Amino acid sequence: MNLAKIFLSALLIDNIVLMRFLALCPFIGMSIDVSKSVGMGLAVTFVTVIATVVTWPLYNFVLLPLNLTFLKILVFILVIASLVQLVEFFLKKNVPGLYASMGIYLPLITTNCAILAVTFDNVSKGFNLIESVVYAVGVALGFMLSLVLLAGVRDRLKTAPIPKFLQGTPILFASTSLLAVAFMGFSGLIK
Amino acid sequence: MKRMWKIFVKGLVVENPLLMLMIGLCSSVAVTSSVSNGIGMGLAMTFVIVFAELVISLFRKLIPNDARIPIFIIVIAAFTTMVDLSMQAYFPALSKSMGVFIPLIVVNCIIMGRVEAFASKEKPLDAVVDALGMGLGYTWVLIGIAALRELLGNGTLLGARIMPEAFQPILFFTLPPGGFMVFALFISLNLWLKKKITNGTAVREAA
Repeated sequence: MNLAKIFLSALLIDNIVLMRFLALCPFIGMSIDVSKSVGMGLAVTFVTVIATVVTWPLYNFVLLPLNLTFLKILVFILVIASLVQLVEFFLKKNVPGLYASMGIYLPLITTNCAILAVTFDNVSKGFNLIESVVYAVGVALGFMLSLVLLAGVRDRLKTAPIPKFLQGTPILFASTSLLAVAFMGFSGLIK
Repeated sequence: MKRMWKIFVKGLVVENPLLMLMIGLCSSVAVTSSVSNGIGMGLAMTFVIVFAELVISLFRKLIPNDARIPIFIIVIAAFTTMVDLSMQAYFPALSKSMGVFIPLIVVNCIIMGRVEAFASKEKPLDAVVDALGMGLGYTWVLIGIAALRELLGNGTLLGARIMPEAFQPILFFTLPPGGFMVFALFISLNLWLKKKITNGTAVREAA
């Protein structure tokens, strides 16, 4: 029950993009069409889960006993950066098909703040390993959901009459604002 | 001197990291529900970018090209850790209200972008000037957005009441959607400013 709660609140109520404003750069940059959004979303899900599985034991079994928790920023970002590299090598060699479709998104993920934020959240919320993984999946899918939604909106914007001062990027943020209003409706979903 | 000024001033409007380059967006919407948060975040970010650019620029000839990204990340992460720990020690309330966004300075693409595009090629002094310009360009936008949101959403500025008692605070502006909306307006404003500036001095850049 508790796991479902963590998952839903990560996915909808505290949606990483629309409610917590993380990962805005890829959100604006990659939501050009639905297929790109899904590709980016899958790549992020993949890396977030692996990063969680690696950083959680690292924090709880290495940094915590050694009193080195002040190094967590440095350690976590290095873990994520090297993980992204490893995943890239692995996919290139073993699953070239997937690599070809995901390849361009991978380097971008290192600077996706959602992933680093998830690893920090896991620590600050005191999740155990299973809860952390569920949380990671929820956050990453929430990211994908918001990307797909904005991609849909952008499709319609191409033909919509937009006021002159909002043309270009401003209208994207204005639409995001309206999406965020919709997501605020979820806030009463779980007590 | 004139060249320095040029480097400095481009970060403010024409190449404003937030409004023109569209990088480092997350923190700008997230922490701007009050002016004090905006100032704190702006200064923290400026500190990290100035020192990161200075250090990278000093060592630019020693850093091997293949290993540059990890080295940049370590330097940035070191300064971010300093800021994070000092803020926790000296400004615990501010640090708490900004939460995860201080440690997240490390993945702020503005810093990475400037270090990669500027500091790794230019002299230390130029790099510091560039960093100051970018940092201030970031800070003014943050304070501007925060001021508008706090004034309309709460009726206050820096916690002091500005609006008359009869003013009904518009909650929308302190909530997430208001942040996005005000940000959209600021991009629009900056596009207009840029047009004025580039027309005035006749140095039209290729867009």
